[in-house]
Amino acid sequence: MPDNSLSSLRLTVQTEKGAIVITPSGDIDLNGSPALRAELKKHNVKGSRLVVDLTGVPYMDSSGLATLVEAMQASRKNGWTLVLCALTDRVRSIFAIAKLDSVFTIVPTKADALG
Amino acid sequence: MTSHAPIQLRISSNTLFLAGARELVYQVAHRLGFSEEACGQLALAVDEALCNIIRHGYDRAPDRPIWIYIQPEGGVPITGANVPPGTPASEVDHSITTGLRIVLEDEAKQVDLASIKSRDLENVRPGGLGVHIINEVMDEVRYEHRSPTGMRLTMLKIRKPASADAPVPHEPAGPVKS
Repeated sequence: MPDNSLSSLRLTVQTEKGAIVITPSGDIDLNGSPALRAELKKHNVKGSRLVVDLTGVPYMDSSGLATLVEAMQASRKNGWTLVLCALTDRVRSIFAIAKLDSVFTIVPTKADALG
Repeated sequence: MTSHAPIQLRISSNTLFLAGARELVYQVAHRLGFSEEACGQLALAVDEALCNIIRHGYDRAPDRPIWIYIQPEGGVPITGANVPPGTPASEVDHSITTGLRIVLEDEAKQVDLASIKSRDLENVRPGGLGVHIINEVMDEVRYEHRSPTGMRLTMLKIRKPASADAPVPHEPAGPVKS
């Protein structure tokens, strides 16, 4: 297992309005994405609604994108819902560059994601 | 060209250093007058290139060398403490940086240059996005075999002449003697 203890990424997980909300804080790069991937895999459960609140993520690289693509594919395969919310401009731009902004369900705020 | 680059950095192929490397590129580009968006793109391209070296070139080994060279194109203005007090404004170098050339070198295994290409984005799958991102955000991208070993990646970002790319205000040169 990769040692994630030195990653700048912190994750909090809580349940709100019946959804599981994962809130990463820090950069999701090659150093931080393994921790997010491990957390997402814990919630690969049919019928669940998973919200990833990206408010506290100032930077994401393609390893972060790959992690979320994996989760999206798992959600479609196993029948659960993945919603991304509150992307910063810098993070939103990498989704656009990779032409993934229309592939994910992306909403402006956590309230929208829980609504 | 690399020996003349005003910024030269050697890092180990440890992912812990990615944040520092991309932040350096971001801040240098910002000081040279690139827009916020362009600074972010430069940092992203360097980060993706470093990730490719670490993952594919060095098979995730954390202790192999990577050299980063940052070369502004078109000159660098002389500002702040580099300007002797009393220097008339007309004698201060107000060069405008027109672009930023970034070279990454490694000692990784040499690959067939034709094999380095962006993948089809219509096929949504994890991985393989790094080359596409670099090609998308940089104006020139060139891969070469480095002698005697390793690879060299040269990337150029042109500074757009839009108003958003206006130079960062320079610090005062100090009091001017009359």
